[in-house]
Amino acid sequence: MSAKLERLSQTLRDVLGDALLNLVTDRGEVTIEVAAADYLRVAQTLRDTPELGFEQLIDVSGVDYSAWANGEWAGKRFAAATHLLSVRHNWRLRLRAFAEDDEFPVLDSLVGVWPSANWYERETFDLYGILFSGHPDLRRILTDYGFVGHPFRKDFPVSGHVEMRYDPETGRVVYQPVTIEPRENTPRIVREEHYGDVGHG
Amino acid sequence: MAEIRNYTINFGPQHPAAHGVLRLVLELAGEVVERADPHIGLLHRGTEKLAETRTWVQSVPYMDRLDYVSMMCNEHAYCMAIERLLGIEVPERAQYIRVMFDEITRILNHLMNIGTHGLDIGAMTMVLYTFREREDLMDAYEAVSGARMHAAYYRPGGVYRDLPDRMPKYEVNRFKNEKTVRELNAAREGSLLDFLEDFTERFSKCCDEYENLLSDNRIWKQRTVGIGVVSPEQALALGFTGPMLRGSGIAWDVRKKQPYEVYDKVDFDIPVGKNGDCYDRYLCRMEEMRQSNRIIRQCIDWLRKNPGPVITDNHKVAPPPREKMKANMEELIHHFKLFTEGIHVPAGEVYAAIEHPKGEFGVYAVSDGANKPYRLKMRAPGFAHLAAMDELSRGHMIADVVAIIGTMDIVFGEIDR
Repeated sequence: MSAKLERLSQTLRDVLGDALLNLVTDRGEVTIEVAAADYLRVAQTLRDTPELGFEQLIDVSGVDYSAWANGEWAGKRFAAATHLLSVRHNWRLRLRAFAEDDEFPVLDSLVGVWPSANWYERETFDLYGILFSGHPDLRRILTDYGFVGHPFRKDFPVSGHVEMRYDPETGRVVYQPVTIEPRENTPRIVREEHYGDVGHG
Repeated sequence: MAEIRNYTINFGPQHPAAHGVLRLVLELAGEVVERADPHIGLLHRGTEKLAETRTWVQSVPYMDRLDYVSMMCNEHAYCMAIERLLGIEVPERAQYIRVMFDEITRILNHLMNIGTHGLDIGAMTMVLYTFREREDLMDAYEAVSGARMHAAYYRPGGVYRDLPDRMPKYEVNRFKNEKTVRELNAAREGSLLDFLEDFTERFSKCCDEYENLLSDNRIWKQRTVGIGVVSPEQALALGFTGPMLRGSGIAWDVRKKQPYEVYDKVDFDIPVGKNGDCYDRYLCRMEEMRQSNRIIRQCIDWLRKNPGPVITDNHKVAPPPREKMKANMEELIHHFKLFTEGIHVPAGEVYAAIEHPKGEFGVYAVSDGANKPYRLKMRAPGFAHLAAMDELSRGHMIADVVAIIGTMDIVFGEIDR
């Protein structure tokens, strides 16, 4: 398996050249990172180069890095991690691009390369507020009609901002600010690196 | 002359053929679909966000509730992601148990799909037959986990406990007399493996029954042959996986191509369709059930011969046995730490994909080294399939929309997450 990953990494280096910001092979998976400006072009290359042959887009996932390991993240905030699969070569790849602007994250849309990106990008837009320029139909998909905010951002509380109830006086459903307190039973703890190892502490 | 206008209708969210809470806005020219716009998210629970606020193990039961007709497969992908992040090995017996229950789940899922697909397009009897066998398999679920559906049986590092030596039995009550109970309990006298072996012997005959009802049924063929045709290129571009991809003639199966657990040690074939229509996908699913039956038999054989541990002995990941915990201070500390703080997963990211009955179910887990996931993304096969609704149904009659929804095997728990 590792020989195959080596071949994939080498081909990626050869084909992508300078566009490749970073290539990591970790736990049997290859991750490449490209600049937002190269994102679409690299995607096109990955699909159309026969030696790579990524004909299928499996998943697009937004990530908000702002709360990484208790807030020690210094890089850009939003990224889209795209999982690709080549049925021909039987290998996978993770393609990551960080959006340049934290306040107004924009990435190029991959719908023109892989039609299956359509809903995945809508979802990422809905949940993280990453805009995909060139997307034909960038509507919200999972949240309610008229929802405000992007719920999977780390600064969005789990309980949300509004709750819904039936108001007998007006005879309809109304939204109001949430009345429950956020609660955390188990705190989030990041331990030192070798904390979980056998024979340590 | 009167002006002829297109007609827009709402299909669902309460339509019985919408398989849950699909709201489909259809633009019709007469009876022909011009455009289909699925509105999803009516079952959105924010599982991925909730998982970020819970420890790794606490999210296992959430996975059952994603695709609520193939519960253990979801858990499998999630546990595999954690295991890969931790870099731990699962005992071989646990791997066989997992493979066996994955295949049981596949049969459960396909039975549900074929039964309700038949129900949607006029074969009312199918569902009665398929739910009969589902009942037995859900009893197997109940025997290992105590729950018929939401099992939470797979745990990071293995499975929760070994297979039970006896099956739960029916009891006499005012609805079932002694004779009926004796018949019902006939297969339940031995262990779970005996019960499953009896099931596998019966099941291929059950498959013949289903095929008798559907495969050559004229109405069934009229409703499915040539409906929702997907070419292989289209299927790849639209991100199809599982029977939706194999129905179009691409022999891609994660179990064969990128084997996980012990799928490389069991013997099975991958059925592939030819025309990429609803009928071929139905045939694929039918054959997959027979192949799953084969895998279950092989697993039963192996499991009978090879006793052993079913969960890892790394007590930083899996809790120690209760007797040890009571007797040994170190184990007590492990137990306490695991159930208060949870597993600490090293920083990194991983994408674990399994061949779910519906297609490729993947879990993309990102950890920053904490006791909770930093980001968890579930790749649901149904999401990509439903996204292609517009492309598949355009130009078809409105009645065929139901057949296409049925063939996609839509379950909203996983699409909306």
